Amino acid sequence: MKFDTPATTNPIDKGRVVGVAHDRIDGPAKVTGSAPYAYERHDAAPNAAYGWIVGSAIAKGTIAALDLRAAEAAPGVLGIVTHANAGKLGKGNYNTAPLLGGPAIMHYDQALALVIADTLENARAAAKLVRIDYAPQDGKFDLAAEQGNAVKPPDGGFGGAADSAVGDFDGAFAKAAVRIDQRYTTPDHSHAMLEPHATTAAWNGDKLTLWTANQMIAWSVGEVAKTLGIPKANIRLVAPYIGGGFGAKLWLRADALLAALGARQIGRPVKVAIARNQIPNNTTHRPATIQRIRIGADKNGVIDAIGHEVWSGDLPGGGTETAAMQTRLLYGGAHRMTAHRLATLDLPEGNAMRAPGEAVGLLALEVAMDELAEACGVDPVELRIRNDVQYDPEAGTQRPYSSRKLVECLRAGADRFGWAKRNPKPGKVRDGRWLVGMGVASAFRNNLVGKSGARIGVDGAGKVIVETDMTDIGTGSYTIIGQTAAEMLGVSLDDVIVRLGDSRFPASAGSGGQWGANSSTAGVYAAAMALRAKLAEKAGYPIDQAQFDDGLVKLGNQSQTLAALAGREGLWAEDSIEFGDLDKRYVQATFGAHFCEVGVDIDTAEVRIRRMGGAFAAGRILNPKSARSQVIGAMTMGAGSALMEALEVDTRFGLFINHDMAEYAVPVHADIPEQDVLFIDELDDKSSPMKAKGVGELGICGAGAAVANAIYNATGLRLRDYPLTIDKLLRAQTA
Amino acid sequence: MKPFTYSRATSVADAAKTAASTQGARFIAGGTNLLDLMKLQIETPTHLIDVNHLGLDRIEPTPEGGLRIGALVRNTDLAADKVVRRDYSVLSRALLAGASGQLRNKATTAGNLLQRTRCPYFYDTNMPCNKRKPGSGCGAIGGISRSLAILGVSDACIAQHPSDMAVAMRLLDAQVDTVGADGVARAIPIADFHSLPGDTPHVETALKSGEIITSVTLPKPIGGTHVYRKVRDRASYAFALVSVAAVFGKDGGGRFAFGGIGAKPWRTPSADAAASSGAKAVAEAALSGARTTHHSDFKKTLVERTLASLYRQKEARP
Amino acid sequence: MPSDHLTRRSLLQGSAAIAAAAPALVPTGAAAARPTAKEGTGMIPVELTVNGREVHLQLDPRTTLLDALREHLHLTGTKKGCDQGQCGACTVIVEGRRINSCLTLAVMHDGDKVTTIEGLGTPEKLHPMQRAFISHDGYQCGYCTPGQICSAVAVLDEIAAGIPSHVTPDLDKVSLSNSELRERMSGNICRCAAYPNIIAAMNDVAGETKA
Ligand SMILES: Cc1cc2nc3c(=O)[nH]c(=O)nc-3n(C[C@H](O)[C@H](O)[C@H](O)COP(=O)(O)OP(=O)(O)OC[C@H]3O[C@@H](n4cnc5c(N)ncnc54)[C@H](O)[C@@H]3O)c2cc1C
Ligand code: SF4
Ligand code: FES
Ligand code: FES
Repeated sequence: MKFDTPATTNPIDKGRVVGVAHDRIDGPAKVTGSAPYAYERHDAAPNAAYGWIVGSAIAKGTIAALDLRAAEAAPGVLGIVTHANAGKLGKGNYNTAPLLGGPAIMHYDQALALVIADTLENARAAAKLVRIDYAPQDGKFDLAAEQGNAVKPPDGGFGGAADSAVGDFDGAFAKAAVRIDQRYTTPDHSHAMLEPHATTAAWNGDKLTLWTANQMIAWSVGEVAKTLGIPKANIRLVAPYIGGGFGAKLWLRADALLAALGARQIGRPVKVAIARNQIPNNTTHRPATIQRIRIGADKNGVIDAIGHEVWSGDLPGGGTETAAMQTRLLYGGAHRMTAHRLATLDLPEGNAMRAPGEAVGLLALEVAMDELAEACGVDPVELRIRNDVQYDPEAGTQRPYSSRKLVECLRAGADRFGWAKRNPKPGKVRDGRWLVGMGVASAFRNNLVGKSGARIGVDGAGKVIVETDMTDIGTGSYTIIGQTAAEMLGVSLDDVIVRLGDSRFPASAGSGGQWGANSSTAGVYAAAMALRAKLAEKAGYPIDQAQFDDGLVKLGNQSQTLAALAGREGLWAEDSIEFGDLDKRYVQATFGAHFCEVGVDIDTAEVRIRRMGGAFAAGRILNPKSARSQVIGAMTMGAGSALMEALEVDTRFGLFINHDMAEYAVPVHADIPEQDVLFIDELDDKSSPMKAKGVGELGICGAGAAVANAIYNATGLRLRDYPLTIDKLLRAQTA
Repeated sequence: MKPFTYSRATSVADAAKTAASTQGARFIAGGTNLLDLMKLQIETPTHLIDVNHLGLDRIEPTPEGGLRIGALVRNTDLAADKVVRRDYSVLSRALLAGASGQLRNKATTAGNLLQRTRCPYFYDTNMPCNKRKPGSGCGAIGGISRSLAILGVSDACIAQHPSDMAVAMRLLDAQVDTVGADGVARAIPIADFHSLPGDTPHVETALKSGEIITSVTLPKPIGGTHVYRKVRDRASYAFALVSVAAVFGKDGGGRFAFGGIGAKPWRTPSADAAASSGAKAVAEAALSGARTTHHSDFKKTLVERTLASLYRQKEARP
Repeated sequence: MPSDHLTRRSLLQGSAAIAAAAPALVPTGAAAARPTAKEGTGMIPVELTVNGREVHLQLDPRTTLLDALREHLHLTGTKKGCDQGQCGACTVIVEGRRINSCLTLAVMHDGDKVTTIEGLGTPEKLHPMQRAFISHDGYQCGYCTPGQICSAVAVLDEIAAGIPSHVTPDLDKVSLSNSELRERMSGNICRCAAYPNIIAAMNDVAGETKA
């Protein structure tokens, strides 16, 4: 099905199942521990051996000598994979550094060997016996030091052009009545999903099966094929349950490749999990940024000139953190510029993490807006409303938003949060030992769409079965896909069986960039339309008059059951949704407004969040229950980025030194109080037949800035280097 | 983890004897620190002596009016003990500020005292670390050192002692009771128990090879208002940037011990002497000789602020 | 017992004169020295009662309780998030107490009763806490979830038993509140951050048990 004209009324609009809050259908499996994750496939690969990854001890250089004798002789060792015996390997399109290093080493903890043994204990111990002599080389590890050497990256990729310019930014900025010109920095972030990257691999002849924690099944089949040099048809990926991803599992990573190589070498299934303390340096992370924001406005805060420049670094061949992208679209202003510059660094490879670009771009932009509000003496909510724009401000009115409810979000959110009670003067509100402040920030995240397929059938018992390679990484895919099928075929959610995460199923858009929910359910919609046609035809009813209700296909007062129509052998249909240029003709994005109240200890500068709330517009909310969880989860990650999350770069050795979950702090229960989420009614007919948009990343966008702005309101301290930790607050206070 | 053999000791004498006669033997209590380090091969014992079944899990009054806490009393039980809550509440508070509920259910009194530093370079076996590998250098000096110590440090090592419990023990003038490999018992004042790094940062305590901790004894209660304040960015399940244990007397006097800033649980008589002069004076006394890095310099301010917070807390109480 | 962080260098001059308290030198008899290696193999017999079922294992002494459950008993409901005590995914209830099963050896639990998520309930017969997690959406990816649920069940017991926490205002007056639940659950990290939903689920169950 091609989606190239705005959706009209369709079966989803019934809203009987879709749009209604449902418990997750995968809930019972998850809360009882019976949902199998990648490392737990005793059912599928009962005799899997254990692989343990040996990572590089240096950041850059080559292997001078590799001595495996002691490891090979260790108890239980079945084999060792290294570059020397792995055979010729390609490199996936989405990998910057080879997943198996050697002789060249591109980053710290790059995998150099996989030691396989009969038990985990033996594999881990033997891995320590692999002796590697290194010939180290000097590397570049300090983004600030390399800022001057950063270059304009090639256009394209996920981000589009590196630079943009409209009007005369410099001139307008110079003339503006009120000017903000500030530098902000965000550190490297780690996804820190709870399930480590893990894979169980088994070969059957030349056919490979990978039970693997991967968000993007179809992509990754291609990546495995390219890396191993085998046909895609010989590869099966299975990922019914994934313990979080946040972008970390978009790619083929070392666990999967090495498990496959190991299993081939020893002729037996092998499973590999990347050890927690290897994850930050072995896998990908969100790159650090340096950002400069300049805003020129009139006395009332109406923006005339807005500029956003971003510097980030990556390995040679890597990409930028596209943190200025939202600044092209979020606020009005006739004179505009954005620029991304990329430095070469020899740190582990940077890549996408939840809301790449916006998540850190808004940490800067939305603080700059707070600074502008203060400079103009305009309420920060009102300032954002004044600068609302209903079209792409770079392209002009000919490219309107498909739907943009930022103003509604700001108003409704402010109202619910009690924003009116905020004292605009910082440092004035005290509650016991706490200085209390409130902050606001806009949320903005692009709406991306992607081709997505599904197969849907009815069996002889009238059960509806949906199969697609779409993944559920906690996002609620099982349930919204089930809801879509139930709505389309007029059955209850209990009568739908959803099967996900298997490359034998039709290729979906996968889970990433918050495109998954909208695209994959639209794919199910397309397949369901095809099945409806088949069912109607079998019933002998004209499709444009057939009704699908209560497990029946009806025409007037005649009806037939789905079960009878499907017959013993069942009835199946397959289709996919393909998107035309509606996302080019219209800007499609999701919006929201974050509000936060913090307390800052008057003595110690400890920051504790007291309340968070927000209003969000993201098209049709398919399952308000799981959508709310996506949003609060993302708000929490945003709070983490504001208050504690930072991979610390040791610029001498070239690694993230705090590479475990004790040293890389993410929020715990005690950090997170009540979180209130309001969804603003919105149907976006240009986004998909579902009239939905993504919501999984929107919640992180701006959340951290609201925290930072609340800290300012509480204390009068404006910090621009994230995270806003006690040491920085104290230094600012005593400066 | 390197292979090791395992045995359960049935008595202290048996444990000490096994330790003395077995090369590379080590006691294991809760295991929450030792096993973590063994997985990383930072610790590589060849034999583990399980001391969990020695009956060292009792808390009993001493004839002197104090309290003897068995070495194997779990942190949860110690914090919840009625007498500790009543007479040594700073100890309860310190324990409850540490780790997580699950960890405290396992962690023991002796193990907590003996837990090793959380210096990230110590934890990464590819990095230089004089404590882990004497003579290899110190990765943290000139590296990332925000969480590390500023007092009692040396050119060889700036690691912090991470325990909360030990700070309260230090404050309360606890004594560590041990039995040596030779079967001889002794008592070590907590002040002498942990050693400073000097040029031998791998030497961390006064324990001798094979010596087992049997209990920790608290002198009789000192009364006063007990407070423990732990400061960290994350609200829970995080080690201290700075922590202060204090007991304020009715007479305006007080005593203080500090965590997060010392190479060992930190206490100075001059800080106690300054108690009646307020937070600033106490901080100044406590911080004499402090050596900071450009990452850890804020800790000096934070010590003073934490003390100020404590004084405020004290005043707020009846 | 030479070890890598203790040396024989005498540091004790100052402390030699301190009178020693009487240590507990008496064997308690509570535990026999049962687990000893089978000659030659290095394997040790371990007997556990897991979810009410007695199991007999021969284990490498290096095997953690977590790996014994997951790799030997195929009880994979208990998760490994870090293997370092830093996340709480591996939380199980041993002899009535929640612990991190990644930081304890299986042999240390010879003779112990272990309850895992599988022992609390099944999809057909959910434990009230499991049901509450579903109805409050107290999870997303599900990976931290078994640990959260085991902790949640134990936390309510701990509060009932009067065990104080870091945020208990008066150590002798332990009661249930949101801040108590949050503090006590902080050893269970949820990166999907279903935190408020988990607290809601716990309140729900606590209310039910009270009623
Ligand atoms: C993620 C995480 C967070 C933590 N956060 C904190 C925190 O905030 N504050 C804090 O204070 N602690 C914290 N801890 C540390 C925790 O308190 C310690 O791991 C625990 O107290 C160690 O006790 P254990 O009984 O498990 O010791 P074990 O690991 O069993 O032993 C530790 C050491 O003591 C030796 N030993 C044990 N018993 C005896 C004995 N009777 N005689 C002689 N030697 C003995 C062992 O040989 C070993 O060397 C944290 C730990 C983790 C993993
Ligand atoms: S501070 Fe001490 S523990 Fe840390 S690297 Fe230096 S020597 Fe090692
Ligand atoms: S796996 Fe045990 S605490 Fe993370
Ligand atoms: S549900 Fe994913 S980590 Fe908690």
